[in-house]
Amino acid sequence: MRIFKIFLVALVFIYLYAPIVVLVVNSFNQSKYGYKWTGFSWKWYEKLLANDTLLTAFSHSVTIAFLAATAAALIGTLMALAIYRYRFRLKQAASSALFVVMMSPDIVLAITFLVLFVALGIQLGFWTLLLAHITFCLPFVVITVYAQLKGFDNHLIEAAQDLGAGEWLTFRTVLLPLLLPSVMASWLLSFTLSLDDVIISSFVTGPDYDVLPIRVFSMVKVGVSPEVNVLATLLLAISVISLIIFSLLVRRKVT
Amino acid sequence: MTKNGLANVLSFRQLVITLTLGWLMLMVIAPHALVIMTSFMTPDSEHLAVWPLTLQGYQKVLQPIYFDVFFHSLWLSAIATVVCLIIGYPFAYILAKQPPWARAVMLVLMMVPFWTNSLIRTYAIKLILGKKGVINSVLVGTGIVDQPITMLYTEFAVIVGLVYVLLPFMVLPLMASFEKLSADLTEASKDLGANALQRFVHVVLPLTAPGIIAGCLIVFLPAMGMFYVADLLGGAKNLLLGNVIKNQFLVVRDWPFGSAFSITLIVMMAAMLWLYVIANRFVQRQGGLDDENL
Repeated sequence: MRIFKIFLVALVFIYLYAPIVVLVVNSFNQSKYGYKWTGFSWKWYEKLLANDTLLTAFSHSVTIAFLAATAAALIGTLMALAIYRYRFRLKQAASSALFVVMMSPDIVLAITFLVLFVALGIQLGFWTLLLAHITFCLPFVVITVYAQLKGFDNHLIEAAQDLGAGEWLTFRTVLLPLLLPSVMASWLLSFTLSLDDVIISSFVTGPDYDVLPIRVFSMVKVGVSPEVNVLATLLLAISVISLIIFSLLVRRKVT
Repeated sequence: MTKNGLANVLSFRQLVITLTLGWLMLMVIAPHALVIMTSFMTPDSEHLAVWPLTLQGYQKVLQPIYFDVFFHSLWLSAIATVVCLIIGYPFAYILAKQPPWARAVMLVLMMVPFWTNSLIRTYAIKLILGKKGVINSVLVGTGIVDQPITMLYTEFAVIVGLVYVLLPFMVLPLMASFEKLSADLTEASKDLGANALQRFVHVVLPLTAPGIIAGCLIVFLPAMGMFYVADLLGGAKNLLLGNVIKNQFLVVRDWPFGSAFSITLIVMMAAMLWLYVIANRFVQRQGGLDDENL
C-alpha cells in the first residue's frame, strides 16, 4: 500500500514535470529540434535577447499579471468584506455572479468580455486585457479572504469601533493587517492564473498590446521554436525566485 | 466625533458596496446579457450583429457538422475528466493525509508548472509525443519498437494535453472534501464491522461526492473550451467546442452563431451546476458535512 502511494505520487509529479524538464533542457541544447542532445549552448538565449517582439510580449504578460493580481487582491478583499460584513440589496446576486465567473469555462468568459468591449466601443489592448484579468481572478480572491474572515474574532472589530474608529479606519488598522496572509495568498494565486491564461487573453487583446500566448501561438503552431524554451525557463526561474523571496518574507512575519 | 464617525460608516460602506455591485454588474452581468442578445441577432459582415432577432444561430448549432463537433468535444472532455478523476482521487487522498508542511510543499510543486503558461507547456507535450519526440526516441533507440508510434495529432494526444493542464483543478476540490471527511466516521463503520470495500462504498464515496462532482465540473467544462490544446496536439480532426467558438468570433466573424454556441455551453453548465446543488443537498441530508457556498 505504501509503495503504491509513493508510486502514484511520483508518477503524477513526473507527468507534471516531464514537459518542464524537456523545455529547460532544450533551452540549452545546441540542436534546434530538441529531439537529441547535441551539446550545451547559450545561443538560444542570445537569440531571445535579439527577438524584440517576443521580449515585449513577455514583459507585457508579466506586467498584466502583476497589475491584475494587485488590483484583484485589493478589490476582491473589499468585496469579501462587503459580503461578510454588510447587508445590502442584491447581495445574493453578487455572490452568484462571482460563482458564475469561477465556474464558467474561460472560453465563455472570453466571449462575454469581447462582446462587452466591442459593444462599448473600447479599443482592445492594455485596458481591456487588464479589466478582463482582474475580473476572472476576483472570485478566487473573494473565497480565500472570505474563508479567513469567517474565522475572524468579531470582538476585535467591536473593540475598534467602541474606541471610535470608523469603518475605514477599522478596515485599515485592524482587518487588513490580520487578513494579510489570505490577501497575499490570493495575490499569488491571481498572479499564477493571469500568467497561465491563454484563452481570455487571445480574445481581449489587440494588435498594439501583444502578449505572450498570442506571440508564442504563432511561433509554435507550425514547427518548433527554441526561443520559446528559453522563455519558459526564464519564466520558471523568475517565478521560483519570487516564490522563495515571498516565503522567506512570510516566514519572517510569522516568527 | 460621532457625527464624523457616522459619515465614515456611510461613505466606506457605500463605497465598498457600490464597488462590488458596480464591478459585477458591468463586467459579469451586462456582458452575459449582451451575449444572450447577440445569439438571437442576425449576423452582419460590417457590424458583426444586427437586428432583427432570429433563431438562425441556434438552428446552425443543430447542423450535422457542428453537432458532430459538439459531441466529439463532449466525448474528449468526458474521457479527460474521467482520467483526471482516476488519477486525482487517490492522489488527493494521499495529499490530504500528509502533515501540513508536506501538503503545502506538494501543493506548491503542483502550482509551479503553471508559471510557464499553459500554452508553452502544451507545446512541450508536443515535443514529447512527436514522431521524433522524446518517447519515440527512447522506444526506437532501445529497440522496443522498430517504427515510431503515432501519438501526436490523435485523440490520445488531446486527452493527454487536457489532463495535463486540468489535473490540479481536480485535485484541489477533492482534497478539500477529504480534509472534511472525519476519521471518526470511518472508524465507526469499521467498529460496526464494515470491511474496506464497504467503508469506501458506503462512507467515503458518498461523503466525498460533492468534491467529486465539483472537481469533474471544474475539469469538464473548461476542457471543452481549450482550443489551443486541440490546435497543437489534435490536428484538424480533433476539434473542441472552443475551436468552433474561436473560429466564429475571430475568423468567420459570425457572432450570433458563436454566441449561440456559447449559450448552449452555458445552459449545459447551468444544468450541471443544478445537479451539483442537488447532490450537495442530498449529502447534507445524509448527515455528513456542513458545506456552505461562498
